[in-house]
Amino acid sequence: MSNPTTRPNGATQVFLLIGGIALLVGGIALSPIRFDYTLITVALGGGILGTLSGVLGSFSVLKRESLLGDALSHAALPGVCLGFLVAGRELPALLIGAGLAGWLGMVLIRAISNTTRINEETAMGIILVSFFAFGIALLSYIQQRPDASQAGLDKFIFGQAAAMVRRDVWVIGAVGVGVCVALLAFWKEFELVTFDREFALANGYPVRSIELLLISLTVVAIVLGLQLAGVVLMVGLLIAPGVAARQLTRNLAQMVLLSGVFGGIAGTTGAVLSALGEGLPTGPLIILVASAIVFTVILFAPQRGIVWMTLQQRRHRLQLSMRHILRDVHRYALEHGGERVAIPEPMLRALRGREARLGVRLLEQQGLLESLGAGWRLTAEGLQLIERDERNQKLWRAFRIYSLQVDTSLLNVSRDADLTQTLPLHTLNELEHILENGS
Amino acid sequence: MPNLALKIEDLTVAYHSKPVLWDVDMSVPEGVLLAIVGPNGAGKSTLIKAALDLIPRAAGDVRFFGQPYRAVRHQIGYVPQRGTVDWDFPTTVLNVVMMGLYDKVSWIRRVGKRERQLAMEALEQVSMTEFADRQISQLSGGQQQRTFLARALVQDAQLYFMDEPFAAVDAVTERAIVAILRQLRSRGKTVLVVHHDLQTVPEYFDWVTLLNVEVIANGAVGEVFNVENLSRAYGGKMTVFDNQTTAFTTELSDVKPNNAP
Repeated sequence: MSNPTTRPNGATQVFLLIGGIALLVGGIALSPIRFDYTLITVALGGGILGTLSGVLGSFSVLKRESLLGDALSHAALPGVCLGFLVAGRELPALLIGAGLAGWLGMVLIRAISNTTRINEETAMGIILVSFFAFGIALLSYIQQRPDASQAGLDKFIFGQAAAMVRRDVWVIGAVGVGVCVALLAFWKEFELVTFDREFALANGYPVRSIELLLISLTVVAIVLGLQLAGVVLMVGLLIAPGVAARQLTRNLAQMVLLSGVFGGIAGTTGAVLSALGEGLPTGPLIILVASAIVFTVILFAPQRGIVWMTLQQRRHRLQLSMRHILRDVHRYALEHGGERVAIPEPMLRALRGREARLGVRLLEQQGLLESLGAGWRLTAEGLQLIERDERNQKLWRAFRIYSLQVDTSLLNVSRDADLTQTLPLHTLNELEHILENGS
Repeated sequence: MPNLALKIEDLTVAYHSKPVLWDVDMSVPEGVLLAIVGPNGAGKSTLIKAALDLIPRAAGDVRFFGQPYRAVRHQIGYVPQRGTVDWDFPTTVLNVVMMGLYDKVSWIRRVGKRERQLAMEALEQVSMTEFADRQISQLSGGQQQRTFLARALVQDAQLYFMDEPFAAVDAVTERAIVAILRQLRSRGKTVLVVHHDLQTVPEYFDWVTLLNVEVIANGAVGEVFNVENLSRAYGGKMTVFDNQTTAFTTELSDVKPNNAP
């Protein structure tokens, strides 16, 4: 067993995350694209925002609350419009408006699902569409006003990274540091509430406050991300990095870290691409990068990826088929007068169908079968293997009966595992005893 | 009068005006193993959850060691049904067990050597030592249950609530749970277990609450766990119940002359 104290801990890994972002930003600065002031601003802003969204979004992914992020970002739109109507095109006013509207949306969702029979998911749907509709209506109204042309509020729908100025990056960076600090301070609580809310409640944790803090941080990330990714696609920047990270790791801290890195990559690349090309909306580009990461990971992740699982399945099928070929050759031989009588090839084909050809070739390569005339027979090694295999199968049968007294979880060992290798010696001896003397 | 670990008075819980628990009164002395049994929908889990303030109650008062829940919650351990969490969550067995100690570590600090040590000891008690670094997604149902049990053990509570720990577990796990229950009792702890297997009640427990929305009977197994009370609790569901009774009444008559510990 590995020594648990040497494993990197959650907090250390979040510090690593910050280092990772620094590296990322450095890498971009040195890359061949000629970076001017605007582009660096955009890249920095996009990177930090993407990282923040990825980090906080991984909790949404684990809590299965993807729709909540979507509802909150849509709910922020009327806030942006009202902020503009009250204070004009001042970024802080727009963000405060967005934050308040998002927050109100969240409170309403909770209130509806707690006091009525409408479940939370439906409540989110209702809030999402009603707030968004109100936002669009306000937006059309604003656009008819004389000062509409310089407002550019419609950029909030799909995002526009080019609009970012250096001062915005400072704000985003400061918030980012704040989020990291909160995450480090309440790591245990966030982990516990995300994994087992009921246990946390029963142990007297202020679960509602912890959840409120987590979701408020998420709202902050959403609101800041709005001008980058836009209300429609913001949820993608929140969720996609977490989904991809989930496929690649088995540890919460690593997942959060990786999710931040993915979000940072998507945010930077999307923002830079959009700033380079004239009139390309940032949101869709960011989400395209994030989705590309997600699909790549879903396809190629070890253990959980589609390719890995398909290959694994195919290999397993082939192994099974090879085993069946050996068994058939053996049976045929026994029925025809000796352990190493050859089976005619057509006969084998008839028994095992099309898959026989590949299986036989592999078995020959492994030195388990040899051709004899127009047929195949077991080599000495092949004979040994099949005998061991049959004994193993008998052991398994005995074990399954006997294991009522053993932890059945041992049965989770792959069905064709060699029991003589996996079972403790005394258990094996007992099984052998049962086999010899009948059960 | 012995000290009461738990005293519930007039506890009523309703979902949208449909009563789930109705005027529940019960008292549990310290140091007993108590089974809460009753048919499906009797409100067994609801009783635990309402007592622990996990769901709102319409009326009633619950006291632990004579005090309200908030005052003594550090002395109370809870083992939820294992179906309530996502077992695909990216974490290890050891980590889950250490979650039981998070409230003893101040909020900015991380768990340290001492916590790992305690968690490993708890894992040893449930024979899960070699699974400490295992992903929780790779556990069998019984191992999941033992992980939850270990998480409750590290809390070193005075009073434990366990929601269906015996549901769909293998024989090894069942024996491990029973051994731990007895060990807890010998250390003076009180354990309330939502249980579904009537046959094992007299063997595993010394106190029982028969529940069917109302409390049908509450007391020492030897005194209240009889066919009369059981048929009052299970009522019309006798078809299911009958098969079990034959085996179980014979067993019961064997132990009838006061089985109390």
